[in-house]
Amino acid sequence: MTNRIRSQLQNLGNTKLLVPFFTAGYPDISTSLEYVRVAVDSGADIVELGMPFSDPLADGPLIQYSSHLALKNGVDLLQILDGVKQLRVNVDVPIVLMGYYNPIWSYGEERFLRDASSAGVDGLIIPDLPVDEAKSYCANIRNNDLSAVFLVAPTSSLTRIELIDKNSTDLVYAVTVTGVTGARTEFGRATDKYLTRLAAMLNKPFVAGFGVSSPQSARHLCRYANGVVIGSKLVSLIRDSRTTRASFTNVGQFLSKVRRAL
Amino acid sequence: MAQRSRKTPNNKGRFGNYGGRYVPETVVYALDELEECFHTIRTEKKFKSELRDFQTSYIGRPTPLYYAERFSEHLGGVSIYFKREDLNHTGAHKINNTVGQILLARHMGKRRIIAETGAGQHGLATATVCARFGMECVVYMGAEDIKRQAPNVDKMRLLGAEVIPVTSGSQTLKDATSEALRDWVTNVRSTFYIIGSVVGPHPYPMIVREFQSVIGKETKRQCKQLWGGLPNSIVACVGGGSNAIGIFNAFKNDSSVELIGVEAAGLGLRSGKHAATLTQGKPGVLHGSYSYLMYDKNGQVILPHSVSAGLDYPGVGPEHSYLHDIGRVEYESVTDRQALRAFKIVSQLEGIIPALETAHALAYLIKARNRFHRNQRVVVCFSGRGDKDMGIIKEQEEMS
Repeated sequence: MTNRIRSQLQNLGNTKLLVPFFTAGYPDISTSLEYVRVAVDSGADIVELGMPFSDPLADGPLIQYSSHLALKNGVDLLQILDGVKQLRVNVDVPIVLMGYYNPIWSYGEERFLRDASSAGVDGLIIPDLPVDEAKSYCANIRNNDLSAVFLVAPTSSLTRIELIDKNSTDLVYAVTVTGVTGARTEFGRATDKYLTRLAAMLNKPFVAGFGVSSPQSARHLCRYANGVVIGSKLVSLIRDSRTTRASFTNVGQFLSKVRRAL
Repeated sequence: MAQRSRKTPNNKGRFGNYGGRYVPETVVYALDELEECFHTIRTEKKFKSELRDFQTSYIGRPTPLYYAERFSEHLGGVSIYFKREDLNHTGAHKINNTVGQILLARHMGKRRIIAETGAGQHGLATATVCARFGMECVVYMGAEDIKRQAPNVDKMRLLGAEVIPVTSGSQTLKDATSEALRDWVTNVRSTFYIIGSVVGPHPYPMIVREFQSVIGKETKRQCKQLWGGLPNSIVACVGGGSNAIGIFNAFKNDSSVELIGVEAAGLGLRSGKHAATLTQGKPGVLHGSYSYLMYDKNGQVILPHSVSAGLDYPGVGPEHSYLHDIGRVEYESVTDRQALRAFKIVSQLEGIIPALETAHALAYLIKARNRFHRNQRVVVCFSGRGDKDMGIIKEQEEMS
């Protein structure tokens, strides 16, 4: 079976990718899996599941908060892989896991990627594993038919942009601004210039993320990018919902709005 | 027997397997820039003489190597010498590093400085050089540490630094470091991050070692002057490990010199409440480098504990991990209680109040007194003074 991200991208055309992010285990494991189904029903193309870490140094307050609660709920990698397996019964969108390196290292890099692949995971994003440190990781990714998604930043040099493009299996993740994850309202001209440069330089499609909080900003970024990742905004929607049921509605409605805007 | 160390770190920033750069892509360029700048100016005459001038007239170097006669007697006759880093300006070895790094920052044209701090000594040393060079200074400090090291917080604020309390996680050094890294990721273009220990992504462990290695160079010279030879052993406390690397570095290739690092065993190694990373941890990745780390079966970092805020950290510098694995340095640990006892004994025998961090190194001498013989000479890196710890001492006395 081919990797779902790859087949997704082959049929991409002019479609813009809507990539929601949920912290696995927030507010609890089964509810977080339910968000994946809600997202798919609302038009998500790829779903990102965050693997919580005690020290998420690329994340802002919201994802720190959801990670902290998920860990308090006792979520670990085994449960997350098990959750993906459950989803695979009737969910066919590509699933990308995002998480920091130490839990993966502790699980065993090779073993984790093998288990992730057989659970039905398609790709991985590891924000504290830049291309320079990713040699064995890339080999394990290849051996398990997974997709490595590396991050590119506004401060990446031209040489590094090439390196990131080359090492990413199918898709690149463009960090929109220098900073941690979290909602911002507007993206300035510097972001436009940077994304234009990326669109010209990258051979692989790329999604833009960090701070995407409205249908307008998503649409704006998709003038350059092949899609957007939305994370912190969803955490805040879930946190501010009165009931779990209300959170499903709120997440669904918001994603549908973004979908229509793209 | 000790091996002759290979040149470390290698060009990928590795000490053996340890070190590297496990950081968000956003700051990789800044690390490249820093490394290049450091290599360019470290050998420049102008930089070297400026650094030397600051070391002499601002920090107050060289610091004395003091024969601790009554403490030696107390231990049964081994000769103990204190390398008096507590006599540096601001009261600890930390300023050796901040003076060096602020010169790098100035050279790179950065005007905003950030730092993390545990005991507040590194924060204070950073605030101090920022005042001296007229730079903006932001210090991240765990809310818990702000409480237990209040005098240093007042001093930092007086010097014009903004001290930001960090309320996430254990509210100590680990979380202050995460928060400083988040600031750096956000403001990387304008901001220079002065890391306070031999931790973090390459090239920091190498740069901090370079600026701290003045401790060992002086010690070696002073030993030669005092008795015409080398010491038998050198003992230093290890949190992140900058004072230890600072004094060990000059002696790494002198295989006759025993090097001993002392970690914080907190409430005891078996209690689970300690900060003895090398003794109890295993290799992992935190704050930008691969090194020994304390984490649980799921890879989540364990909250450390030590009465000493400067040692209360779940990681350790990558070079220490390397020196540990090749057996060049022996790592031991002492408990809160042993450190507090040494704190009092040394204060009362020598009239010198050690920092609680330093008290760990001193406590090891008491704990392992039988290991050292009458005709041996042992140098202790007296990393800092204990003024900042009076609050903790009082609290501990009330508790017991």
